[in-house]
Amino acid sequence: MNRDQLITRDLPLPQPSRDNAPFYEAAKRGELRFQRCSTCGRFRHYPRPVCPHCLSREFRWELSSGRGTVYTWTIVRGPTLPAFQHKLPYNVVDVLLDEGVHFVSEVLDCSPEEIHPNMPVTAVFVPVGDDITLVKFRRAGSAGS
Amino acid sequence: MSERTIRDRAAIVGIGQTRFGKSLGLSEYEMAVEAIWNACDDAGMSPRDIDAIVRYDMEQIDEEQLLAVLGNPQLRFFAGTSFGGGGSASVLVLAASAIASGLATNVLVYRSRARGKYSGYGKDPKQGGRYWEKLATTLPGLNQWHVPQGLVSAFQEMAMISMRHRIEYGTTDEQYADVAIAFRSHARRNPNAVMRMPMTREDHHQSRMVSDPLRLFDCNIETDGAVAMIVTSSERARDLKQPPAIIRGGAMAAGSHHIRLSNLFSRPWEEESPVRVARQLFEMAECSPSDVDVAFFYDFFTSLVILALEQYGFAARGEGGPFVENGGLEWPAGRLVCNTNGGQLSEAFIHGFNNTVEAVRQIRGTSTCQVEGCELAFVAGGNTDPTGAVILRRA
Repeated sequence: MNRDQLITRDLPLPQPSRDNAPFYEAAKRGELRFQRCSTCGRFRHYPRPVCPHCLSREFRWELSSGRGTVYTWTIVRGPTLPAFQHKLPYNVVDVLLDEGVHFVSEVLDCSPEEIHPNMPVTAVFVPVGDDITLVKFRRAGSAGS
Repeated sequence: MSERTIRDRAAIVGIGQTRFGKSLGLSEYEMAVEAIWNACDDAGMSPRDIDAIVRYDMEQIDEEQLLAVLGNPQLRFFAGTSFGGGGSASVLVLAASAIASGLATNVLVYRSRARGKYSGYGKDPKQGGRYWEKLATTLPGLNQWHVPQGLVSAFQEMAMISMRHRIEYGTTDEQYADVAIAFRSHARRNPNAVMRMPMTREDHHQSRMVSDPLRLFDCNIETDGAVAMIVTSSERARDLKQPPAIIRGGAMAAGSHHIRLSNLFSRPWEEESPVRVARQLFEMAECSPSDVDVAFFYDFFTSLVILALEQYGFAARGEGGPFVENGGLEWPAGRLVCNTNGGQLSEAFIHGFNNTVEAVRQIRGTSTCQVEGCELAFVAGGNTDPTGAVILRRA
């Protein structure tokens, strides 16, 4: 098998596990949920069994407003995985959600020139397979948001 | 010595390497052996004298393969760093720790890499190509939080970190070019360097934008090559043939892994790993950034060098950009002479190990961009998280 044949061509997808299944189940329902510490009240991402701030193991999965702003971004111009080639150039953003959580995603229907710091965005839900829905974003106030 | 510290306990006494090139047509195994043999020669030792190995985590030539060629060695200590580029200086911290504890006498650290874009020795799928191209299509680990969104490689992560620095401090393309041009000027004097053609500001700006805000010329080159070092005790180093590069101090730190940007961005500046490493390191070495004669930053990107200047305390926070202007990093007269081999940007990309051996040359007085009277050299690993750094000094 040569190197070319080993390059990942399919869309790489998350494999939900016991630790993070509630995130993906919520996303499938069109909800953005994060773990929220029952002791200190802070939201966190990515999912983990313990609060990184107060070390409590008590938490609940709570609904996020889905609202945030663009904290930073990049415009990927290539090379990238074959599954993403058709999207080039595309943005990857870090969204700072109102709950204080940083989340890596993409802003849909947004040209490279339009992205700017603190751009308000809202979460949308994009099914990419039978089991997986990815959380993406749109500019706040734009159609579909 | 009863004090529990690694300060001044160990020294780099042998350095060796292969030549560096875009695609050498050699296996990582062959290159590792060549570099190690050269380092042993330089130290005046036999490979049989090695009794400890510290491995860099991405290294694909592991202890088992080395044991098969090192003449029936009997290792007393073996360890590895974690998390990639952050570990390139940390290998020396581990080596010094092994020596200071009495668990090792002669420690080998090495890095062998055949990743040149066109490199394809035989049919081994691990030879050549980009590490991120061969992912699984279901991701059970933390990669699942960014790869499916299109963030597939370190390049894009670092681009996002760099973009944030621009947002906060107004860092510019011109300042990026200043770093690239300075290190290229050093490479032009270095016969080992792969990229020796002059680079102008226009060359930099016209190079292809790969992932905004980073262009091709903002990024380390892709090369094949291997580097090795032998570390022994400072006492033993006195009797060996080369002037020793004494490890004056070393520090490691890990806190919020950069790949998961969500952790990295939620930490305050004072808790960032490079900032903590600097505090620990300069305290152990009993000196400050202004005492450093030559510095080696892990220059995987021009923008991260600018950030490193701030994090390690050479420039005030937010002032890394202005620091590099007007030849700020350039030999011989820069504010802080850096990466005199040309760095990862222009000499070769051996995960920082080639920067470390250049720091040893500076201590020995044999660099092609020698800093006059060089006493202290600073070497840092990748400045995201985790990271590590050492200070080397003349005997």
